[in-house]
Order: sequence, then C-alpha cells, then structure tokens
Amino acid sequence: MKYVDEFRNKNLANKISQKIHSLAHSESLRIMEVCGSHTQSFHRFGLGKLLPPSIKFISGPGCPVCVSSPGYIDAAIALAQDKNNIILSFGDMLRVPGSKSTLEMARVAGAQVGVVYSALEAISVAFQNPKKKVIFLAVGFETTVPTVGLTVLDAKRKGLRNIFFYCAFKLIPPALEYLAKDCDLNISGFLLPGHVSAIIGTKPYAFIAKRYKIGCCVAGFEPLDMLEGIYFLLQQRIKKRPKVENQYNRAVRSLGNLKAKKIISSVFEPTVANWRGLGSIAQSGLRLRKEFSRLDAVREFGFKAENKSSGIKDTRCRCREVIRGIEEPRDCLLFKKICSPEHPYGPCMISSEGTCNVYYRYC
Amino acid sequence: MCLGIPMKIEKIQGEFAQVQSGSLKRQVNIQMLSSIKLGDYVIVHAGFAIEKLNSQKAKETLKIIHEIR
Repeated sequence: MKYVDEFRNKNLANKISQKIHSLAHSESLRIMEVCGSHTQSFHRFGLGKLLPPSIKFISGPGCPVCVSSPGYIDAAIALAQDKNNIILSFGDMLRVPGSKSTLEMARVAGAQVGVVYSALEAISVAFQNPKKKVIFLAVGFETTVPTVGLTVLDAKRKGLRNIFFYCAFKLIPPALEYLAKDCDLNISGFLLPGHVSAIIGTKPYAFIAKRYKIGCCVAGFEPLDMLEGIYFLLQQRIKKRPKVENQYNRAVRSLGNLKAKKIISSVFEPTVANWRGLGSIAQSGLRLRKEFSRLDAVREFGFKAENKSSGIKDTRCRCREVIRGIEEPRDCLLFKKICSPEHPYGPCMISSEGTCNVYYRYC
Repeated sequence: MCLGIPMKIEKIQGEFAQVQSGSLKRQVNIQMLSSIKLGDYVIVHAGFAIEKLNSQKAKETLKIIHEIR
C-alpha cells in the first residue's frame, strides 16, 4: 500500500534505532504522545524494543472516548430514556461508563441508541424519523470537529428541526499546556498527533516550545514516522533548542487545512471542557455558536453542558493516572484481572485506542 | 476513532468520492479539500477526506531517513 509499506521498512527502522541509541547514552528523555493511533502503532509494531532504556515513551490523553466525562455520559443516558429521542454516537462511546450505567446498557433496556461511522448519517436518520428528536453525541478532537461542523451546516441548510448536537469536543493544545505545567510528569518532548495537526497545522503548538521549553514534533503513524519523530526530539534535546518540527509533512502543512479551520470557526466557539482524568481545562472545548443554537442539545434539553465529576469512583481503577501518563496500565490492580476489553472497568480499556486496551492486546 | 488511512480517489461525484485502500472501498465527503483529482491519495477520517497526501514530501521524508548516518 502506497504511503504505508515504504514507512514500515525494517532495515530503515533499525538504522534510526541505532542512531537513537548512539545519541541517547547521555540523555534521559520522557516523550509523551497524545494520540490513540500513536499508542496503537507504538505497541503494535513493538517500537519500545527499538528504543534505549533512557527513553521513556508515555501515552497521554489521546483517546477522545476515554476522556469523555461521566457527566456527559449520564446526560446522554438521560436523553436516551425518552422514547421520543434517538441517540447517535460513534461506536466506542456506547461502552464508556457514566456514574451508574452506559449507553450500551440503556440500549439493552430498550432505548434508541444507534452507532454511526460518520456524523452525516445523523442527517439521514433525522429525515427518516421526523417525529423523533435525533441527538448526535459530538465528541472527538480537532480531526473530528470539521466533519461535525459540515454536518451542522448541512442540517441548517436543509432546515431540519429534529436534529440536535450535544458537543463535548476536546482541543489538544490546551491539554498539552495542562500536561506541560504538571511537574510530576516532567515531559521533555511531545510527539504530536498527525491528523489533529493536519487540521490545525503546526503553529498552535509554538507556545509549548517557547514558553515551556519542551520540544515538539508532529509525526505520522507508521514505524519510521514515529522513530524519526523521536530522533528529531532527541536532537532538539541535545542541542537544547526546543521547537516545533513537522516529520509528517506529507499530510500536515504549517497552517493546516484552511477550509477545515474556516468550517470550525464558523460553527463553533471555544469553551471550557471537562476531561475525564484531568478535570476542567479552560478553552479546551468547543460549543455551537449562537447562530446554530436551535441545533444545540444543551439549549433544547436544558441541561448543563458537562458536570465536573472526575467519574472514577473505584480508587483501584488507575485510569486517571494512566490518562495523565503518571502510571502504566500494568500498575493497576484491576488490569487483566477484573478489567479487560470484553469487560472494561475504566474508560481506557474501552476504545481500541485506549492505553489500557492497547497494552492488553500488545504488551 | 482517530484512525486515518491513506486511500486512493477512484471516482468523484460532486461533494463525494469513492476511495479505495486494498480491498476496502468507501464513499467519502471531499468538501474539506480543494483541487482533488482521480489517483490522489487522501487521509480519511469518519467519512470525510481531511487532507491530500503530498507525494513529493513523502519522498523527501524517506530521503532524510536514508541519509541518517
């Protein structure tokens, strides 16, 4: 496959690995990625074995499903209890625990909860069910936001009066700042998410290198991409010159996707967001602009956008620490004993991009 | 849900295109991209093409990797 096979070349991977080993002997690095696809690739391809022990690779809050707050899930479940409503969501969301239940359990009990691959499918469902209220659970990072933005614009253009968007988007740069400030984490470099960056570009990360002196590198998802990204971060560290580099320039431009950014800014505006495991972070979420308030589930159903519960009640569950990169899944007493992909206990085990789920399958 | 796979544009019909990667075929929305043509590779996410892949940049990346000494 073009753009895939050539970036999985074993000889070249070994060559970058040797170079990293030769440079890393005197440098200790804590590199964090904040993208579920990076988590998956790193463990699926066994990249940890190609790095020296002095480089610690940490998974941060990179799975949008895992960071959805329990209050959001509770509100979605409450909406699902009304037989006049149809809830639509991306698949992984169904198993995310609220404070008492999941959307999947609500569906088993008879609620109308459907799974979509694309937000646009919500438009068809609304047309096909004119007497029902269709509520789309709009979660995701910047990669997903413009796809929902176009769906909002389409719904408005078509004059649909029975579709509503319940927004709980999360934005990566404010989360990076939260993590950069956390002294416990002591991060020396961020391997930045390729497809979030395809939308927003590389400039929104500049403050991380400048203000917090932490090196940044946008990287793709194939083994050579990630290894080269780590190599670039190591070089920045050695030269003591933190900056934002772009390893994934075949898909990421410095200004990002201008059309997508215009869609985002015309439909949404920044707001506070509640991250499971991290708590509230200012300006790290998006809500619908006033022009689209008729399509806003928060206005239509009159509840708070999200409550502030951290949502992890069982103190044995270490998802909060895993999401922040302070602990690894194997540090959790529940991991592989009570908590598994078939019977997930914490949010990080649910999605295929969740850190615990990835560790369960590959480590 | 952030998985983005490079897929080849096989057919364009208005705001949508048929894309393919191996045996996987999908219909995707291409409104977010400008000047898309048949044979281009795009990153697909949640039913939308979010960016076109730049073959020249891909070659440059591989060249840099080859040149690491």
